[in-house]
Amino acid sequence: MDALSTSIIDLRDVVAVYNGYPALAGASLSVEKGEIVLLQGPNGAGKSTLLRLCAGLLPVERGTAFVLGCNVQNERERIRSRVGLLGHNNGLYADLSIADNISFWASMVGALQSEIDAAMSRMGIDGSLASRSVGNLSAGQKRRCALACLIVRRAELWLLDEPHAGLDAKGRDEIDAILREASQLGATIVVASHEVERAQHLATRNVAVVAGRVQERS
Amino acid sequence: MNSTAVRSVGTPSTRLFGLLAIVCMTWVVVGGLFFTPADLNQGESVRIMYVHVPTAWVAYLAFIVTGVASAMFMFGKKHSLGFDRVAGASAEVGLMFMAITLISGSLWGRLTWGTFWEWDPRLTTTAFLFVTYLGYMAVRGLGGSPQQRARRSAVVAMLAVLEIPLVHFSVVMWRSLHQRASVLSTDGDIKMDGLMLTTLFVGVIGFTCTFAWLVSHRQRVMAMRDILLATQLDSALDERIAEGSQS
Amino acid sequence: MSTSPNIARVARVVAAKDLRIEMRSHIVVQQVLPFAGLVMVMFAFALDNDDVLQRVAGGLVWLATLFSLFIVVQRSYAIETSDGALDALRVAGVDSQGIFLGKSAALFVQLITLEMLLFVLAVVLYQVQLSLAGLVLLVTCVLCATAGLAFVGTLYGGLTAGARGRETLLPLLLLPVVAPASSSERNPRNGIGIFKWRSSACGWLAMGRSAGSFCRALRHWRPAFLWRPHRGMIRQS
Repeated sequence: MDALSTSIIDLRDVVAVYNGYPALAGASLSVEKGEIVLLQGPNGAGKSTLLRLCAGLLPVERGTAFVLGCNVQNERERIRSRVGLLGHNNGLYADLSIADNISFWASMVGALQSEIDAAMSRMGIDGSLASRSVGNLSAGQKRRCALACLIVRRAELWLLDEPHAGLDAKGRDEIDAILREASQLGATIVVASHEVERAQHLATRNVAVVAGRVQERS
Repeated sequence: MNSTAVRSVGTPSTRLFGLLAIVCMTWVVVGGLFFTPADLNQGESVRIMYVHVPTAWVAYLAFIVTGVASAMFMFGKKHSLGFDRVAGASAEVGLMFMAITLISGSLWGRLTWGTFWEWDPRLTTTAFLFVTYLGYMAVRGLGGSPQQRARRSAVVAMLAVLEIPLVHFSVVMWRSLHQRASVLSTDGDIKMDGLMLTTLFVGVIGFTCTFAWLVSHRQRVMAMRDILLATQLDSALDERIAEGSQS
Repeated sequence: MSTSPNIARVARVVAAKDLRIEMRSHIVVQQVLPFAGLVMVMFAFALDNDDVLQRVAGGLVWLATLFSLFIVVQRSYAIETSDGALDALRVAGVDSQGIFLGKSAALFVQLITLEMLLFVLAVVLYQVQLSLAGLVLLVTCVLCATAGLAFVGTLYGGLTAGARGRETLLPLLLLPVVAPASSSERNPRNGIGIFKWRSSACGWLAMGRSAGSFCRALRHWRPAFLWRPHRGMIRQS
């Protein structure tokens, strides 16, 4: 790792390829600890790919990429346990209840029951809702459940792809509050969102992703 | 990329293999058809043996090479794609030889047993081995990056190679129509005419040289294809960057 | 910082999750078992000879199990890929060996349950006679073979999860490897009616052991690569 870089995310001219197509074409991005960074851009710009690369799910074709001090090229396993990614899918099991889904993730990281209860309460999915099967939930409720799973996993870096999708105004405000709280507790958050106005109230920094490259915005 | 066009993937070593293969195959064809005696029981049909047996041995060799190269890719420090290319090339050529083995064996069976096919342990397990490596080739064609292709294929290859002992010892483990090993028999006594045995060994050498020649060329072509993909990536990158400049 | 769980805990949690999903959805009992039963009935129609059926009953039970294996394995991975749960597992850094062992264990339990029910069906449909003399061999063979099926099914299921043509690729990869299990042989000397593998059993035990040993031997192999991203996982935003 570059000894001078203490960034949580440090991408330099990164090229990421998906089936021969360069989804990222020389992206450079630096994110410091505690920041909430908003990624904006049109469809096909590479926002999702950038998030997935930072999560350690995609290899780096060219350039250098360090996340949490680990080289994405050959230390992806070390990155993954410390990163939480919420993509377009929720990562939930439809046949299990909310409580079972969250308990599953909690078991993976050894989270306490009190942490599970706190996460469910914070996301408003406790009580009678907790025993409902995920397959019977609305899109917004599934999203809350997915975020609760993210909370119990105690990730240092949160990567969120359209986190407000499917939520009503109240739900979106609650998500924003969760993210600010997580940031204050030390988590670094990168959000890809089309909701520019809403996200601008949340983010400490905006960047644009255009044709696989990153452009800083004021 | 080097601006000089590559006209051939041949090198002195591959040319040597090629020359040896031609010489040995000529011996096998001429000797096998005209000079070696007919078998006491099988008659003239024994001449199929000079193709059937070497292709079977070389197919085993090919699949073992695939397994070993795959293991070297998976467990090597550098995970070199060169091993993956050798594994893929060897499996392709091995499939070809296995197909020749099955076809020549069917012809031999028709003449000897009166049928093209029997549900015999050796024949059946050989057919399964053939299908297994067809599956391996299907996995290689799944797409993804060269590293992803290599890792997936390596797992399948390392499992598939375990079938080879089952195929080879099927004639020992089960009751089989297929004859047991004549050359590698456990009693050490090879009951075969000298000229027949010599022609058989020359056939093994000839087919092995053919295998080496084919695999060398095939894996070089694969390497060139990977280089071409990298070149295409440069063009795709330029287009993507231009797309950004326009927006 | 989140902690990385050990392999045994991951395997336990994943196996429990898969079995809990099965207990909620009842797919094996409500869909796979009827399918396997139907396969056995179709065999009876096709062969149309009681003596032949009795002789090959063991092989037919294994065939029905193998066909059901494809369904169960594809289902096992469909629940992971349908909402990106497999991706979530990868991102969470969950030990892939633990996932592999957990899913194999759950698959083993489901297959054993299925085989026991098919066994009863075979006794009823094919009128086979049982003998205690072969019971130990039968149980040993079934356990070893099922373990082998579970390991290999989980491995190849993970390999093909999310791949194009996975419905056809999985049988193409699995069948040649698991085929020896479908062999059965009758020994008229001691009157054993079914599941008389004799030398076939030795061959299959060898395969099952080698498959199991192979997987256990790969302690440092991380099957995370099996779960490659597929076209539907990336939607550009």
